[in-house]
Order: sequence, then structure tokens, then C-alpha cells
Amino acid sequence: MADKLKATEEQLAYALLLDKGMKLGLLMLIITFSIYLTGFLTPHVPVDDLPKYWSMPVHKYLESANIHPGWAWLYMLDKGDFLNFTGIAFLAAVTLICFARIVPILFRNKDSVYGIIAILELLVLALAASGLLKTGGH
Amino acid sequence: MENDVSAVPKNGFAGFDRKLRKSRTAMVCLCALVLTVFMLLSMAFASPEAVQAAEGGAKSAMPWWAWPLILFVVTFLLGIVAVLGGVGGGVLFVPIIGGFFPFHLDFVRGAGLLVALAGALAAGPGLLKKGMADLRLALPVGLIASACAIVGAMIGLALPTNVVQTSLGATILGIVLIMLMAKKSEYPDVKQADALSTALRINGIYHEPSSGQNVNWKVHRTPQGLATFIIIGVMAGMFGLGAGWANVPVLNLMMGAPLKVSVATSKFLLSITDTSAAWIYVNNGAVLPMIVVPSIIGIMLGSIVGVRILAKTKPAAVRYIVIVMLLFAGLRALLKGLGIWT
Repeated sequence: MADKLKATEEQLAYALLLDKGMKLGLLMLIITFSIYLTGFLTPHVPVDDLPKYWSMPVHKYLESANIHPGWAWLYMLDKGDFLNFTGIAFLAAVTLICFARIVPILFRNKDSVYGIIAILELLVLALAASGLLKTGGH
Repeated sequence: MENDVSAVPKNGFAGFDRKLRKSRTAMVCLCALVLTVFMLLSMAFASPEAVQAAEGGAKSAMPWWAWPLILFVVTFLLGIVAVLGGVGGGVLFVPIIGGFFPFHLDFVRGAGLLVALAGALAAGPGLLKKGMADLRLALPVGLIASACAIVGAMIGLALPTNVVQTSLGATILGIVLIMLMAKKSEYPDVKQADALSTALRINGIYHEPSSGQNVNWKVHRTPQGLATFIIIGVMAGMFGLGAGWANVPVLNLMMGAPLKVSVATSKFLLSITDTSAAWIYVNNGAVLPMIVVPSIIGIMLGSIVGVRILAKTKPAAVRYIVIVMLLFAGLRALLKGLGIWT
């Protein structure tokens, strides 16, 4: 009974990593956004032009602003606006890191069904993050 | 009895009552302020110049920084109202920002997912450590919801905007109905766990501090619950709403998890579901930092203030004001999608 009241080993490991990842991601978001606002790095899309783009459908925006979707932002980290994607992508990657952390714990504890579920979840999230899934546009 | 007396301030019951009424009035004023801001934004954006700007991508008369600043203020207020109304930030964010700001719905949904994700990531560690959110319950459900959220996100980005807008409006109105009609069960009566949940060992014990008791729980109707998360996942990805409004009734009423476990697991679950959908929006370019970052910071700061206000007072009226706000935003989305109120 006392054991069941405690969060499991994998749950605690997940929580610990999630806590650190969330704080780091938020910090990255604030720092990169401050750099963007101060204009320390020139943005790819000038801030004065933003109202022209944010009312467009995404496909039209990408075409008009000459932006390549997917992971192309990695090559544009010298631009103030795209630098923000480091924080955004990190926040979106925290869950992946947490799942990767608990897989070995689950198998070590012979909880192979949940180990497999965690691997499948990792694969689903990795597929979403891969940039392979493109939409047709509207 | 001693506790009752200590809860009353020095100036007696009259003073206590006055204080309560004062804070209620403040809450109602806050919600009225939020509604007024939406009305003004709506009117501002409905001007011929603004409509032209929205449709043709022409420059607005306002300086570029005005909208992100207003967005920050509005999301801050939304953060407060969401906590007091007991709803997630995402469900308020998408219809309200999508309905009353000049941003395209694609970017609003992308931001909505990241707002809901940030909130879930922030709440997750505490809920997991306390054992309120249950990883064994969340993992199978999260796998289905996150896979389906990818499909939903891709459908949402591929469909014409007016179709998504109309469906969003209908969904928000459906959420209003759920909020008005759905009952909650603190400790649902689960006579026997089903075979699947038994095999997956989805059960647990959590400590209820208010009663000082340990609550033993198990779930039933697991296959039906998992099937429902297919729809929830698709809707979460398609509309960028977060999905607490659907997660909690399914976990609590359908599967029979205690209310606190359902609410906590639902919040944690959003971090899994919204991650997969958020990646689709990020990788398809539907994320603008100038919309996302002020929204995340605004709603998080608002939530912190909301929690502090909640500790002092929780007027029941706020929940109804949230429902009215959602009703208004849902109607706006529906009529905007149908081309009646552009």
C-alpha cells in the first residue's frame, strides 16, 4: 500500500526531466524573444511588415516571405525571428526527451508492454517532428 | 467551531461579507473588461480598412507592435479568467484570438497549441510527482490521442479556412453545451475493472488531503475510452484547442477515474497530444514567434495571478461568464466561417 502511494520510478524520472526541460525551454524563449525585440539580430521578415503577413494563410505567407517550411529554420538562426524557433522547438521536444528517458527504466523493471507503448509514442512524436509530414495547402 | 471563527476578519461578519462582495464585484468587472476588449477589437477589425487589410494582406493603420501588445494584455486577462473559470487556456485562446484579432486562423491554432503545451509542461512535473497525474493511465491514451492529433493538424492545415472556422465555431458551441450539461463524479463507482485496464495495470491510490484518506481507484470501459480519444486527438490537432474539455469527461465519466486524477492526468496528457500537433504546425510554417511568445508569457503570468486570486475567492459567476465568452466567441467563429460576420 505504501509503495503504491508513491509515484513510480519512471513517473518521477519523467517529472524531473520535464521540470528541467520546461524551465530551460521557457528561459530560451524569453532570451531569444528579447534578442528579436531589441533588433540585435536582423529578422528575416522586417517587423514593420508583419501585419502584412500574419493575416495571410500559412501557405501564402511562406511563399510571399520566401520561407521554406520544415527544419530550414536551422540555417536561419542568424535572423532574429528564426532564432526564436530554438526555444519553441526545444519546448516541443521536451516530451520526446522524457519518453526517451523512461524507456530503459520500463524495460529494466520488466514492464515491457509499457516499454513498447513508450517506444511507439517516441516514434509518433519523432514522425511529427521530422518534418516529413507536409500538408497540401488551402 | 474555532476554525469558523478564525476565518472571520476582525471587523466581524459584516466586514467579511463586504470583502467577499467586493472581490466578487472585482471579478465580474474583470470579466466585463475582457468582454469589452473583445467587442472593441471586433469593431476595430470590422472596419472596412481592417477587413481590406485582412483579406489582401495590406498594411494596417496601427503600428506593428500594437497587436502583439494587445495580445499580451488579452492573454494575460485570459490566463486569469481561465484559472478562475476552471478551463484550459487553449480553449479560450483559439476562438477569442481567432475571432477578434487580425491574425490568420492558421497562426492562431499554431499558437493555441503551443500555449496549451506550455501550460501542460509547466503543470506536469508537480502533478506527476504528487501522483495525481497517472503515467499508466496517460500513456495508452496519449499514444492514440497524439497519433490522431497529427492527422487532425494535417486536416486542419489542408482544409479551406472557412470550413475550419465554421467547424471551430460549431465545436466551441458544443463545448459550451458540455460545460453546461456534463456532470462530474468525484469518485465514480467502478464495480469491476475491465480486462484491458487489468492487463495494463491501470489503477492506483492517491492521497486526498482534504479528507486525509487514501483513495483506491481503477477504471472500466477502457476500449471505449481509447476509441473516444481518436476523436479527441483529431479535434485537438485540427483546432489547436487543447483538449481538457473532452479529456476530463471521458476519463472521469466514461472510464471512471476519480475527478482529481482525471483533471491532473488530462492536464499532463495535453503535453503529449499537443506536442505531436505542435510539431506539424511548426514544420508547416504556421508558427509566428511574434504571436506565440507574447501569448505564452501573457497566459502564464495571468495564470499565476489567477491562482493567487483563486486562493482568496472563487465566485461561481466567473464560470458562467467564461461560458458566455465562449458562446460569444463560438458564434463569432461560426458566423465568420459562414461569411455572415466577417
